[in-house]
Amino acid sequence: MTARMRGPALFTAVALLVLVVAPAVLDPFRLGLLAKYLCFAIAALGIGLAWGQGGMLTLGQGVFFGLGGYSMAMYLKLHDAGPGNLPDFMVWSGVERLPLLWKPFTSPVFAIAAAVVVPAAAAALLGLLVFRQRVRGAYFAILSQALAAAFTIWLVGQQGLTGGTNGLTHFYDVFGRDPETDGAKRIFYFVVAVVLGALYLLARQLMKSRFGRLLVAVRDGEDRVRFLGYNPATVKTVAFAVSAAMAGIAGALYVPVVGIISPSLLGVVPSIELVVAVAIGGRFSLAGAALGGVLLNWAHTTFSEQYPSGWVYLQGLMFILVIMVAPGGVAGAARWAAEAIGRRRTGRGPSSVPEPAGPTHGQKEVAAP
Amino acid sequence: MEALLSQLPIGLSIAAVLMLVALGLTFTFGQMGVINMAHGEFMMAGAYTAYVLQDWTGREAVLAALPVAFAVAGAMGLVLERAAVRRFYGRPLDTLLLTWGVSLVLQQLARDIFGAPNVQVRAPGWLDGGVRMFGSQLPYTRLFIIVLAAVSALAIWAYQNRTRQGRRMRSVMQNRQLAACSGIDTGRVDQLTFFIGSGLAGVAGVALTLIGPIGPNLGTYYIVDAFLVVVAGGLGRLRGAVIAALALGLLDSYAEFWTDASLAKVIGFAAIVVFLQARPQGLFVLRSRALT
Repeated sequence: MTARMRGPALFTAVALLVLVVAPAVLDPFRLGLLAKYLCFAIAALGIGLAWGQGGMLTLGQGVFFGLGGYSMAMYLKLHDAGPGNLPDFMVWSGVERLPLLWKPFTSPVFAIAAAVVVPAAAAALLGLLVFRQRVRGAYFAILSQALAAAFTIWLVGQQGLTGGTNGLTHFYDVFGRDPETDGAKRIFYFVVAVVLGALYLLARQLMKSRFGRLLVAVRDGEDRVRFLGYNPATVKTVAFAVSAAMAGIAGALYVPVVGIISPSLLGVVPSIELVVAVAIGGRFSLAGAALGGVLLNWAHTTFSEQYPSGWVYLQGLMFILVIMVAPGGVAGAARWAAEAIGRRRTGRGPSSVPEPAGPTHGQKEVAAP
Repeated sequence: MEALLSQLPIGLSIAAVLMLVALGLTFTFGQMGVINMAHGEFMMAGAYTAYVLQDWTGREAVLAALPVAFAVAGAMGLVLERAAVRRFYGRPLDTLLLTWGVSLVLQQLARDIFGAPNVQVRAPGWLDGGVRMFGSQLPYTRLFIIVLAAVSALAIWAYQNRTRQGRRMRSVMQNRQLAACSGIDTGRVDQLTFFIGSGLAGVAGVALTLIGPIGPNLGTYYIVDAFLVVVAGGLGRLRGAVIAALALGLLDSYAEFWTDASLAKVIGFAAIVVFLQARPQGLFVLRSRALT
């Protein structure tokens, strides 16, 4: 098989595995879990785009995940309550009139659009403000983390508006279906899987375009790109907004699949866990990022049930090891192995496809202000 | 006006805590460009040092713990620097993730050793009570923290400006290669910097035992704000960190006073982003001609 064909063939194989084999083999409960992992894979894909390709380490992706999730959950809550009624948690908190913020979310079209547009707009605003001023690298990482902290504290504090610590939960009717039924779980799974596939192809296409090349160039040498007459701030803002939109979509899909959205899912720790997943899967590869999202969350669910404390050690050590030994993650290791085999078979020197250079240049600039 | 002034002591004590936490960070993050996410866990280690010492020293644990916690947290920092961080100079984002892994492990270690529930360190008897200031009560424990923060800041200033080692540290920060050419062992300076920065985290941790119970997650509550202080203050600028801590602490307490606690954090964050519009590199910028 030529190298040109390998990508599409792999994609088709994975698509078959996800769309045909998994639904046939897994019981509805496991399928629901897999759907949840695939939601995280969508968010991880966005991080792969912003961080792996664009060099923007975003530690606040949970915020955008949350904006998408809450948009969807607000619609579902209002739909369950019926026209003219208040969602149950508002009644318990003593709220008497529907807050203005909630009003447009009676419309499902608005809610779905908001789940994509609001995170993208929020990211674009933050991006414009910070990237235009050439705030980057570590500064940006810290700001995005502070955003996640502030956002969750705000969510918890606004009990009557957002459901506080409990978040929004108990959805009985998701687009005409009871989310607890096996049929609904199956449908949700397919929707999530197809959206993930579509977004992956979109991100790939984006990276193949002129814009994608610019993005990588900005990662590896922002000032050089500026000297060539481009505006790195615009490039970064667009990439950041796209990655936020992906997180928003992931959040919106997560709500019907799992049945809850709450501040504990979007704070500093869950946000950084998404980044960990991308690092382990392989930050320089979009597929690796998505794979990491599935793998890490699968491992999290599987191990933390039985050994909660062991899992934390394992996660921490795994992470330290990946950063120190294999910065390319699983995808990087797989590529390395494939090339080693290819070399042995053909007896040639190193492959003509160069390893993607790590964003060391792009990150170096942070050390010297 | 009365209400305005009565909020001042509260704001000052928040600022003092922030300053203590951020002082160590200006060393490691500011001077070396290393984002140490485990800084919060070094604080936690300092706090638990006081808790352990309590068995021997009784209520004087806080005073006895200050030097011990400095050494314990400093040693942890030194080990981290030697074992891992040193391989990643110039790659701050990788260091950030690496040290986050370390912080995860340290938190779980604390949970396994000391248990998940919070524990209490009793404050010394001579810190009972408080002083009335502008119509609100300022406990002596808070006053102690304010004094401790001021003394720490002064000590660091003296170290950086009045000792040979401190000057070496500043020269490495300003231009690493030139410092190395002039015969300074930058590796040793890095170790010492990391030791002091982490040690200061331990001191901050001891101070935190005066505010409330301590637990394995202690560090996570303060670390984000402390990083913001360093960012707003400017990399490696002691003056900047002090002023930024004061500003953020006062802003936090007044925003909380006028709105509520949950909105105060959002206001604080927005203020920093707006502030960075005017001064993208923080309050005080180290001028450099080096092209990134």
